[in-house]
Amino acid sequence: MASLADRFNINAQLEHLQAKYVGTGHADINRFEWNVNIKRDTYASLVGHHSLSAYHAIAENESIGRTKYSFLQNMLLPCGLPPEKEEEA
Amino acid sequence: MHLYNLTLSRPSAITCAIYGNFSAPKVHEIVVARGKVLELLRPDDAGKVQAIHSTEVFGIIRSLTPFRFPGAQQDYVICGSDSGRIVILQYSKDKNCFTRIHQETFGKSGCRRIVPGEYLAVDPKGRACMIAAVEKSKFVYVLNRDNDARLTISSPLEAHKGSNLCYALAGLDMGFDNPVFAAIELDYAEADTDPSGEAASEAQKHLTMYELDLGLNHVVRKYSEPIDNGANMLIPVPGAGDGPGGVIVCAENFLIYKNVDHAEVRAVIPRRSSLSGERGVLITAYTSFRQKQTIYIFVQSEYGDLYRVTLDYEQEVVKELRIKYFDTIPPAASICLMRKGFLFAASEFGDHSLYQFSSLGDDAADAGVESSSASLMETDEGYQPVFFDPRPLTNLEPLDRLDSLAPILDMKVANLADEEIPQIYATCGRGARSTLRVLRPGLAVTEMAVSPLPGNPTAVWTIKRSAGDEYDAYIVVSFSNATLVLSIGETVEEVSDSGFNGNVPTVQCQLLADDSMLQVYPGGLRHIRPDRRINEWKAPGRKTISQATTNERQVAIALSGGEVVYFELNPQGMLVESEKREMGGDVACLCVAPVPEGRTRCPFMAVGMYDGTARLLSLAPDTTLKVLSTQAVGATPESVLMLDSPQSGREGTDEGAGSGALFLQVGLVNGVLLRTEVDRVTGQLSDTRTRFLGTKPPKLFAAAVRGERSMLALSSRPWLGYSDQGKFNLVPMSYEALDYAAGFCSEQVPEGFVAVAKNSLRVIALERLGEFFNQQSLRLRYTPRKFVIHPDLKVLAIAEADHAAIPLAQREDLKQAAADAAAAAAMEADQQGGGEAAAQAAAAAAAAAAAAAELVGPEMGEESAAREEQWGAPKGEPGQWASCVRIVDPVSLQTTHCIEMADNEAALSVCLVNFDSHPEHGTLLAVGTAQGLKFYPREAQNGFVHLYRFLDGGKRIELVHKTPVEGVPGALAAFKGRLLVGVDSLLRLYDMGKKRMLRKCEYRRLPTRVATLHVAGSRIYVGDSQESVLFMKYKKADNQFYVFADDIVPRHTTATLHLDYDTLAGADRFGNVFVSRLPPEISAQVEEDPTGGKYAAETGLLGGAPNKLRATNTFHVGEAVMALQRAVLQPGGRELIVYGTINGAIGVLYPFTSREDSDFFQHLEMHMRQEHPPLLGRDHLAYRSYYFPVKDVVDGDLCEQYPQLSADKQRAVAEELDRTPGEVLKKLEDIRNKLV
Repeated sequence: MASLADRFNINAQLEHLQAKYVGTGHADINRFEWNVNIKRDTYASLVGHHSLSAYHAIAENESIGRTKYSFLQNMLLPCGLPPEKEEEA
Repeated sequence: MHLYNLTLSRPSAITCAIYGNFSAPKVHEIVVARGKVLELLRPDDAGKVQAIHSTEVFGIIRSLTPFRFPGAQQDYVICGSDSGRIVILQYSKDKNCFTRIHQETFGKSGCRRIVPGEYLAVDPKGRACMIAAVEKSKFVYVLNRDNDARLTISSPLEAHKGSNLCYALAGLDMGFDNPVFAAIELDYAEADTDPSGEAASEAQKHLTMYELDLGLNHVVRKYSEPIDNGANMLIPVPGAGDGPGGVIVCAENFLIYKNVDHAEVRAVIPRRSSLSGERGVLITAYTSFRQKQTIYIFVQSEYGDLYRVTLDYEQEVVKELRIKYFDTIPPAASICLMRKGFLFAASEFGDHSLYQFSSLGDDAADAGVESSSASLMETDEGYQPVFFDPRPLTNLEPLDRLDSLAPILDMKVANLADEEIPQIYATCGRGARSTLRVLRPGLAVTEMAVSPLPGNPTAVWTIKRSAGDEYDAYIVVSFSNATLVLSIGETVEEVSDSGFNGNVPTVQCQLLADDSMLQVYPGGLRHIRPDRRINEWKAPGRKTISQATTNERQVAIALSGGEVVYFELNPQGMLVESEKREMGGDVACLCVAPVPEGRTRCPFMAVGMYDGTARLLSLAPDTTLKVLSTQAVGATPESVLMLDSPQSGREGTDEGAGSGALFLQVGLVNGVLLRTEVDRVTGQLSDTRTRFLGTKPPKLFAAAVRGERSMLALSSRPWLGYSDQGKFNLVPMSYEALDYAAGFCSEQVPEGFVAVAKNSLRVIALERLGEFFNQQSLRLRYTPRKFVIHPDLKVLAIAEADHAAIPLAQREDLKQAAADAAAAAAMEADQQGGGEAAAQAAAAAAAAAAAAAELVGPEMGEESAAREEQWGAPKGEPGQWASCVRIVDPVSLQTTHCIEMADNEAALSVCLVNFDSHPEHGTLLAVGTAQGLKFYPREAQNGFVHLYRFLDGGKRIELVHKTPVEGVPGALAAFKGRLLVGVDSLLRLYDMGKKRMLRKCEYRRLPTRVATLHVAGSRIYVGDSQESVLFMKYKKADNQFYVFADDIVPRHTTATLHLDYDTLAGADRFGNVFVSRLPPEISAQVEEDPTGGKYAAETGLLGGAPNKLRATNTFHVGEAVMALQRAVLQPGGRELIVYGTINGAIGVLYPFTSREDSDFFQHLEMHMRQEHPPLLGRDHLAYRSYYFPVKDVVDGDLCEQYPQLSADKQRAVAEELDRTPGEVLKKLEDIRNKLV
């Protein structure tokens, strides 16, 4: 049986992870937050892998510089506006 | 199946380029990142860019920056990569490679959001560097020198800030105050939690300064101020006495000068007048350079326009910021301004260029458009824009071009030109810079001169006038009964005063060490002393000289009957016969190497005998002509050559086991070349390697390549053997068969060959050494999407399409140009006057008018193509497409027909099809087009399949009819006399009708979009654009499709290749290559099942198919693979898989033939991982398993780095493998020779 102290400890560890690694989930994560996180990761990866930026640049017929910039811009609101907070029931 | 991956031609795209002095002080060089390859380039005096060193790093290079200590004269390279480490490299001139000085780990590997590596900046005074991630993380490392002037690195100082995106990073010039780094940041925390959208609309980019307090050793966020929301790049401005300091912020449409406590100075970026008002102008590359008190800053926009930026300042106050249109070159990933007035532009797509400045654009005559902060006008709709029209190059002159295949969009291997080996056809490039390139393995050769000779010569030599001369003076050509001596000067002409006997054929000629010349002819030796006295030595009795070999001091001749006579040059300048020997058989060939530096003679002579042996004779004084060793070579040797191996005896090249060895090369009459190592002391022969060169017996010649003695082997095609980075390379030259050759050196051709072929004398030179393929190219109009080869008519059909481009019919600029040309022609004709001329003028004007009415593509004319390439095609609206279908004759490499698509259709897929129902049409060309395709979200108004019939033996095509398909036809395939079309996520079978095609069958439940289609029997292999591959079956009785097997992992398929009935190779856009196979028992079961697995298909699990494919091989190539092909790249070679990537690399996957080989290379790879970890600190195994664990693929690129290990490490690795280093090298060479 885990003691109360342990449970605190696990929570503390989780908090530590959440602070250290952006995007670490939590028990009450909603669909929107999860999606936003995935999309930001994706955009960061597209910017980081030059060949993926080039792939998109060819499809859109834009320069790679412009493509990378628009990926970064998209990271602000990757999934549109957040949903209204539901009142605590 | 076990595969061996080998990159044949490294990626040719450049992702990042930096300028500095890397190998030595005052040597101006460029370090470029080519995705996964790091390369050092150096423009030579003639302005040709030479690749000095190139190494694969097994990781993704994301950012590079040069770093230099104050007062130092050489730069280090700091690399940001996907390894989660910062790596500092130094170029070591002795070892000719990059050495890692420091490697500090700070995070996880991979291109992640919060792991730094994307941005790098250094303090201009060389005290610190900052490395940043796209989000949150920033680390500062303090760099210093220790007592021995070695670079030291501190532990990292954090400057993180959560939920902050970083757009750019720069190190500010603070003189010797604390280092400051500037970043463009955007905080998204509020926008994420505000459902009203108010926070998002108010989100503001900030310019943030981070100060590194060197005293306290910590970083503070010193200053943060709002900045234009379009900001995307920072350009640091020199400060501390050399300039005002601070930073220029590049934003969409603006450049803004910013500094702490300094008012914002803003100027608009001049824009092209043809640009639509909705498009911004974004700066994507910059370069700056300070010379004395002048600061040169050049920026390039996304459209390729170069601007010069000038700051007017007093002390530290900037008064005016001016932006002047400078010139237009293709958009670049990086531009580097170099000393000597060079500008290196690493193009995003297509060939890279080196330019020279012809002016700096500041003379009054230059009427470039300029915008200034002083004349900035604010109106109701924002700031008043400044317009310009792009012009031909005025301030820059192109000097050199570096070929780049990037991006390869489709590739096929076929032998359409009926050559010995198939050619690779690759469609490359984008937009107006698109090309079709024909690649042939081999060195590109430039033909400098060809002149006919009277009769067929038998041999040719070049000879200098004296040993100290730089250039050759004479070309000696021997015929079967005469000798011709040509002198090399401004022109090449015959001379008779050379002292050579012109009435006899020549066997050999040589300039001796005392500047006398020697002519060996069948009747004897003719020794022409420097004072033109002639000494003759007559062959004894009725014997003639059949073979001869010479160097500066030694002469050996073989007389008919098998006697070898050896002469040496004595100090009095006389040739003295010193030994004679019966060989006991006729001598086929002889060779003596040049006298090694500092010695009086070469100790060995090689003799090839008609009895099928090669012998090594000693030339040492006490054992002259004694046989040291004999090798049975299995056939009559045609030619022998002694060659020193790579870079022996040079300082600092002790690494590499092969170096310092002497090799005996023997060309046999059966076309095989043997290469045997010779012990330098005892003359024993060991370690023989063989290579088949061609159908003619190889004749071997020595010639200088890059200043080193190399080998030219002439078989049914010429080959060059030379040393490159410690390895001996034997590569074919792309040139016709030659009969005899010699090295050639003149003022115009510093390093070339003179050769005879039939009755012509040719002077040829090599272009870029080290390029694996030589290329021919044909310009295309738009980005090529797909192409097919008609196997019978031998023509190519290419589908080209560009998004946001203006179709030809609406190109007002081209119409204008054509009309102008017509007017000019008419004018010219008018001026000529007269009756006949007037008639001609009318005809010309009519023709020109017709041309104007029916526009030809800009790629058709040299001038218009050059302009289009320089300026780029004009931009259209999103959703507007320009597209065409082109028929190309691959042999003459010419467009024979080109059809421009109308109605905003974009040709995206092609295939050849024969309809069983309409056999009278023969083979038709099916082209899938999408109408009004838009992205984000992806939608199309309609889709069509056009059917074309070939006319005039494939020269032209004619539309039969077109059929709407209500979606994007992503892939087409001929299937059982009908046409399969993948329309978005549907698969449809069409048959031909009179007016249109008729729908026969449909399958609606494919996961995403059909990307590729292959068929075999009744099976259909579908590559889905997100869900890997699916195996389908068509049941004729029920007229139904069903999926009977699919994959268990999602893959964004870009290309697939059908290997056999159960096996498919594929590639995804993340850079993985895989081979998937249906297990044989399942395959049999599906075949045997009377329902064909149809009912089983309906009982699949969770919407998937009942059977699953097994991945037999997976491998991460490192960049998106766009095309896969099966091919045999060498006569009699094995079939292998060839792939082409988006960065322009071409590689192969070779299936091992034996378990032994596969085991050996697997073990070698394992040891290489241990002993030679990748340069940028990425773990090799992890890299090759980037997305999926690597399976049964050995990385030949890593194995091939074995010669770069130090000698003792090589020995250790070889011992572990129970072999000698020589054997390991031989294995590596063998497998490469098997491939190509």
